[in-house]
Amino acid sequence: MSTRVMPFRGSVTSREQVSVFEFSWPVLVFVPLVAVLIQIFIPVKVRFMPIVDLPFMVTIFFATARRNPISGCLTGCFIGLIQDLFAGPSHPLGMYGIALTVVGYLASSLGVKIDVENPGTRFLITFGFFGVHQGVYYGVAHGLLRQGVQWNWSHIAISALANAIIGIFVYKFLDRFKQR
Amino acid sequence: MDTFIGRYRNLIVLAAILFAQIIGLAIQVRRPSDVGETRLIRLWAVSAVTPVESAVIHSQEWVKNLWTTYIYLHGVRRENRQLRAQLEQMKIEEARLSEDARMARRVQTLLAFKEQYVDSTVAAQVIGTSGSDQSRVLYIDKGSSDGIATDMAVITPTGIVGKIVQVFPDSAQVLPINDQFSGVGAALKDSRLQGILKGGANGTTTLQYIMSDEKVVPGEDVITSGGDRIFPKGLPVGKVVSAEPGKDLFLNIRVIPAARLDQLEEVLVVTKITEKMPDAKDLAPLRASDILAERLPTVPTKTEVDAAGNAKPGSATTTPAGTTAAGQTATHPPAAGAVVKPGATGVTANKPVSAATTLRATPAGTTPGTNGVAKPKPATPANGAAAPKPKPANGTAANNATDTNGTSAPKQETKPAPEPAPSAPSEQPSTPPTGAPPQP
Repeated sequence: MSTRVMPFRGSVTSREQVSVFEFSWPVLVFVPLVAVLIQIFIPVKVRFMPIVDLPFMVTIFFATARRNPISGCLTGCFIGLIQDLFAGPSHPLGMYGIALTVVGYLASSLGVKIDVENPGTRFLITFGFFGVHQGVYYGVAHGLLRQGVQWNWSHIAISALANAIIGIFVYKFLDRFKQR
Repeated sequence: MDTFIGRYRNLIVLAAILFAQIIGLAIQVRRPSDVGETRLIRLWAVSAVTPVESAVIHSQEWVKNLWTTYIYLHGVRRENRQLRAQLEQMKIEEARLSEDARMARRVQTLLAFKEQYVDSTVAAQVIGTSGSDQSRVLYIDKGSSDGIATDMAVITPTGIVGKIVQVFPDSAQVLPINDQFSGVGAALKDSRLQGILKGGANGTTTLQYIMSDEKVVPGEDVITSGGDRIFPKGLPVGKVVSAEPGKDLFLNIRVIPAARLDQLEEVLVVTKITEKMPDAKDLAPLRASDILAERLPTVPTKTEVDAAGNAKPGSATTTPAGTTAAGQTATHPPAAGAVVKPGATGVTANKPVSAATTLRATPAGTTPGTNGVAKPKPATPANGAAAPKPKPANGTAANNATDTNGTSAPKQETKPAPEPAPSAPSEQPSTPPTGAPPQP
């Protein structure tokens, strides 16, 4: 159990110091794995599950909790590559990896500047970063790989909203693994 | 320099990680086949995960079966009654359709038409998905050890599902038809227009490459065309929901899949498709006369009767026995395209005939007289009976079936020719030989 208190510059929160949480390595390894496992298993039984992106939420959670851009990058890369493994032969390894790497970096960079423990902030972060995630994925698929991926604003907005709402509860659950 | 690296350390690490992944992407795109490290690492990942998924799914199915089979039996009797009633109706429908199917097989045999048959299938359980909204691939619990190979069709009784794209020892990956990388050769069932069914990014399926000047009606069934060499021809694909003009002169036809792709639990993998001639051994033997009768030209059968009750010139339908049908049609007009079989023994059909049947017989020796009286040719009737003498059309037609004055004679059934007739005279080369199967 270890908690660091990190002073930071340019904060937009009223608090002068924000806690930096640590996690045990089994949590860092197994929580993403379980998230991906649930993600590929649950849609067989639950129809709306594909619009919920648990690996994305886990990336946001670890990135904002650890508040370290480098670890955020690595976490996003790790989770994204695992997700790529199961996405089928039409998805080369790295498409989700790149998207979640960027999301992890930005989320942890933002986590340094604002208080991300508040449910409202978490809702907004998840909603916004879901759009970033989809945008980067679209850029990679369309720009780098020339795949005919369609961009559907309404679908992405609904998915972002669903992820933001469910994310509040997922983050609440994952808070238990934080080490103070 | 140290200050620069220290200041931009985070960005440098981000750029390095992204760069490494982009290089990895480029390597994979250059070698898109399933060889090398990518294939191996996917194999490891899937092999590690699928046993867990399989165990969870099967234990869940076991509990569900225990509940639904032994405990929760509410409404089973009522459902049983409904199914029995449905079965009775299906039997009637089946009897009707089997006759059509026999006829179709006969025609296919004649045309040396090869059909594709689903020879063997393997039932599989869906145990997982890609887990993302961008990819809709599914995982099934059967793999190469069960005889599954890539490009095999995956179907359900209600419609097609997709095809196998990757095979692992104990699992396989299915690319469903609503995935954006999927393409299936499909055709509209009624209009027979062929196109390609493609999936969209949001899981919709559209039938593409059908010209915008074609008429496509919502609700029309879509079936496989067999053109992709994966799905056998004629399997249900879905229904047309809407058809709107799209870009590039093609229609944008939205199709709702027949199989519930979002609720799949069990599927069938088609492991063997055979191509063979239709099995016509159980069909009735086909005679040359049948084939010839099918190919012969037809005779227009507009029969008009004047006020006096006489058939107008050129309006009589002659019968093979050399008698006019004008008298009969006055009282019992056959529907358009009615069949008048050759070989009738002078007694013409008096019953209204289905409009669906085709007129395919020509008289064996008569031509209509100017006053509606049949003028028998000096030829022997097709059935070998003596040629009837010309009779006035005032009710004394050869068959004596109907009085053209309006008094109808008792109905008489057409009797089929018992023996094949000798060949027709030379002046009527279109006269078919008799022996066609009697009209029921």
